[in-house]
Amino acid sequence: MYTPKKEQFHTFEETEHGVFGLFDTPAQIIDAAQKTKDKGYTNFDCFTPYPVHGLDDAMGLPRSGLPWVTFFMGIFGCTVGFGMQYLTHKYDWPINISGKSFNAWFAYIPITFEFTVFMAGLSTAAALFFLAKLPKTGRKVLHPDITTDKFALWIPSNSANYSEGSVTDFIKGLGSKHVETVK
Amino acid sequence: MPNAIKEALDIQPLVTGGKSVRDVTEDILKPVEAFPTSLWWKAFILALTITVIDLAIIGYLVYEGLYILGINNPVGWGFFIVNFVFWIGIGHAGTLISAVLYLFRQEWRTGINRAAEAMTIFAVLTAASTLIIHIGRPWMGFWLFPYPNERGPLWVNFRSPLIWDTFAVSTYLSISLVFWYIGLIPDIAAVRDRATTPLRRKVYDILSFGWVGSNKAWSHLETVAMILAALSTPLVLSVHTIVSFDFAVSIVPGWHTTIFPPYFVAGAIFSGFAMVVTLMVIAREVFQLKDYITMKHLENMNKVIMVTGLIVGLAYSTEFFMAWYSGNEYEGFTFVNRAFGPYGWAYFIMFSCNVFAPQVFWSKKLRNSIPVMFIVSIIVNIGMWFERFVIVMTLHADFLPSSWDKYIPTVYDFMMLLGTFGIFFTMFLLFCRLLPVIAIAEVKTVMPHKDGGHH
Repeated sequence: MYTPKKEQFHTFEETEHGVFGLFDTPAQIIDAAQKTKDKGYTNFDCFTPYPVHGLDDAMGLPRSGLPWVTFFMGIFGCTVGFGMQYLTHKYDWPINISGKSFNAWFAYIPITFEFTVFMAGLSTAAALFFLAKLPKTGRKVLHPDITTDKFALWIPSNSANYSEGSVTDFIKGLGSKHVETVK
Repeated sequence: MPNAIKEALDIQPLVTGGKSVRDVTEDILKPVEAFPTSLWWKAFILALTITVIDLAIIGYLVYEGLYILGINNPVGWGFFIVNFVFWIGIGHAGTLISAVLYLFRQEWRTGINRAAEAMTIFAVLTAASTLIIHIGRPWMGFWLFPYPNERGPLWVNFRSPLIWDTFAVSTYLSISLVFWYIGLIPDIAAVRDRATTPLRRKVYDILSFGWVGSNKAWSHLETVAMILAALSTPLVLSVHTIVSFDFAVSIVPGWHTTIFPPYFVAGAIFSGFAMVVTLMVIAREVFQLKDYITMKHLENMNKVIMVTGLIVGLAYSTEFFMAWYSGNEYEGFTFVNRAFGPYGWAYFIMFSCNVFAPQVFWSKKLRNSIPVMFIVSIIVNIGMWFERFVIVMTLHADFLPSSWDKYIPTVYDFMMLLGTFGIFFTMFLLFCRLLPVIAIAEVKTVMPHKDGGHH
């Protein structure tokens, strides 16, 4: 059976100390990420202007676990939505309308559905904010072009086998023309 | 893919003009970064003036009471509900473009989805504002929400379609807003990174929530976009279905029909796409975005308008057929009265605008003509407003001839109809000025990449 795994809820880690290199194309960053993973560096990240498909696999990131949040919060919303209407009209405020049952549940379907979608959608978005560590303003931007057309490979100082010189050489060896140390 | 195959499949590029990835950001952010043009100022001042007049009239309405409107005893809803259903319908195209076309992997949606979603949000807000005012005592609007209270406790009636509306519209607004904003976050970060003044940088930093483009965050963001698309698709169908229940759950002849939910949903797509065409034709001209909102985008939307126009026409005919075939004399009278009674002129406008006008799009030449599509899109919107007018006016002749009365809108009705356009366009113009009107990051993913990076 497919069950949620902790790794699926990978979080963005703040950039403090480390080395980054800029690349020009999506293919280069995928290649660089693959080699960084193979080399045994950990906690590394890639910064891209748009989602690059294939990069998750290259970085060794598992599929996002957020659908689990949607699933369980959807069930929660469905239960609460239906329960709210049932308890109100059956117990707290029963009204006899043309002799219909107090639990006339067909009429509860629209609100139950809306509440399911509401809880599932907003909780998933909240989970994204939590995992992507948003909102947090005043974050250090590695390079202004990253949100336009450059792709950055970031190896932080808490990575395994980290030493500034070797990491810099490694990123240069991957073909990056712009390598910078952040302190 | 070889060019011959591309031509055979009629595959046109989604971004024309040989743009690079950097050009995309620069072109789309131009209106955001430059001082607004005089054309923008003129449009904005006009829209704002209408909004201010509208707010003054709303104030007067609240002070005087609903009697200043044309509503009377059989026609208790009047223009407000017409406006409400009209604007909610306009909103639907945005969600359909961003959610349904997303699920169907229609890459051409990327050029227009951002503006269409913004249109959704502003249209739903406009619709919600008419709904709040029409209750007569808008400060009691919170009574529509269930919460433990000191009035009894007095609970809302969850079996009432008006409460379903409350839940449907508020869920729709919140999910659309979140969907729209999540897509905006990376693009706002691009505005921040290009900012030239500290204040501008600070403002867009706050608006972007501190997005830096980490792939660990992108992987979740893409999943969320997918999930919200999957949730919005049934949601958008449910919202107009529930709006149609306001009518269909009653026992009024002409309203109490099972065709209403699909008929309303088709009408919503129809009018919404027409509004998107109206806005996109203007936006691509004013902001020089012809390379991003190409003729292909517009042509595809025109095809949708044509198909939904046919569905709406089928619905009108089916209603008429069922009124006759059911043998119900009240139903039969209502439809004859709709077409040939005192509001026959409105029925005529509705039918000709909605059923006949979009048929010009059978011709590829007319489908690709900017003036034709602009005029048709406006005609369709007029027709769809009249469709809701015709439905609401059904009330003027109900079961008892002694209670029949005609609805004659007053100047305040018309002013508030105009006012909804003022509110909508004020918000839309501000959006065009302050935020990227095209989803930059998404457009970049559908561009051909020289290195063959797969997308």
